[in-house]
Amino acid sequence: MTSDAFAFWRIFFARLPVFLPVLLKGALTTVEITFASLVVAIVLGLLLALLRHARVPILSGLATAYVDLLRAVPVLTTLFIIYFGLAYLGVRLSSFAAAITGLGLLGAAYMAEIHRAGIESIHRGQREAALSLGMTPATAMRYVVLPQAFRVVIPPTANYAIGLLKDTAVVSTVAAPELLFAAKTLVSQTLLPMQIYLLAALVYLSLSLPLARLAHYVEVRLSRGG
Amino acid sequence: MPPKLRIVDLHKRYGHLEVLKGINLEVQWGEKVVLIGPSGAGKSTLLRCINFLEKPSAGHIYLDGELIGERPANGGYAHLGERELAVTRARIGMVFQRFNLFPHLSALENVAIGPYRVLSKTKAESERIAAALIEKVGLGAKANAFPERLSGGQQQRVAIARALAMQPSLMLFDEPTSALDPELIGEVLQVIRQLAAEGMTMLIVTHEVNFAEDVADRVLFVDDGVIVEEGSPQAILRSPQHTRTRSFLRAVLER
Repeated sequence: MTSDAFAFWRIFFARLPVFLPVLLKGALTTVEITFASLVVAIVLGLLLALLRHARVPILSGLATAYVDLLRAVPVLTTLFIIYFGLAYLGVRLSSFAAAITGLGLLGAAYMAEIHRAGIESIHRGQREAALSLGMTPATAMRYVVLPQAFRVVIPPTANYAIGLLKDTAVVSTVAAPELLFAAKTLVSQTLLPMQIYLLAALVYLSLSLPLARLAHYVEVRLSRGG
Repeated sequence: MPPKLRIVDLHKRYGHLEVLKGINLEVQWGEKVVLIGPSGAGKSTLLRCINFLEKPSAGHIYLDGELIGERPANGGYAHLGERELAVTRARIGMVFQRFNLFPHLSALENVAIGPYRVLSKTKAESERIAAALIEKVGLGAKANAFPERLSGGQQQRVAIARALAMQPSLMLFDEPTSALDPELIGEVLQVIRQLAAEGMTMLIVTHEVNFAEDVADRVLFVDDGVIVEEGSPQAILRSPQHTRTRSFLRAVLER
């Protein structure tokens, strides 16, 4: 048995130069999906947060409904609807596109709440002072409230981004060629699940840890900078 | 010439609570009117109705003889939308108890933002106007400082400059010195006095009774949503007629 164990690890390390690039290629896709979904989530989330303040009740109602709905359904279900469901209706998205759409739409719901909290954290007097100068609510939002809310939302957004990086693993279920999917494929070819999944975990770690340190650094700088 | 400001039978209700119970007031050009009275009397609410930060429940307000904040419609009146209100608000300057300076902008940028973003002047022109006003309130050396680095008195002076940058014809002061440490009150009152001497029409809510006597052309004692008594500063502050006025002044002056 022991000699088997040694052979096991010996083969693994011998083939590492082949495994690692495959996983790293997947990791690159993971980063791409994370980044693209994040951009969609931040922009759409801001739009949703601003719609909550809209004068037209239908618009603010819709925005609220969207946020509540998407946060109430598991991400896998949303993802499957976009990838498999739409395909059934004739709309065929690549798994990459489906991944970004699903994570982006869901992320928008979370970011909308982060943006909303940020906007509402800005003291009412700021908006009143802006309006008193003759600014319209839109101008006040753009030049007075949002610039201040921006600093407030950076720490929770950074935390969300780090979570998102790891949650991208879920898109392996729709065969998006990211890290976990690459690992799964490799395991089915090599039958070395322990080693490969551990290696995948290490790659995830090497991506998210530096990001977490960076987020922490930014948070400290922001609170000190005043 | 019509009065600068005319308020007719103004009422303001929040649900079942009526805060303003029929205010009638005329302010002439260049007049300084000071409002005194206990907390919750409706003085701040009155100011906030004048620039429509609060929408009146009933009554009308006229600026330079024109109806503001509403338009006649369907046999009655309809409140104007935010964009139209913004135009009116640009003619009225407001100074808040808590200054409300924009913390992400320097003092200069705070003062310049009105001309720049509302009056659509160029950045250079806006900053020129701002620099002159900051100098005028005695803070030329602090033009590039951010609000958090300024004392309360300095912040309030910047806030006054910021309101003035819009070249309003009416200034509203909502307890401008109430949030200040005592030693900083004087510098702000000095700026207001100077503005008064230059002929600005002003409505000031304050607890500073000596200042009121100094600056006011007329003092109004407001209590429980109505103007209880009004007259010259000497008349109201030294020989008030109503018991409510007398007990309020006694309480204030005893402090």
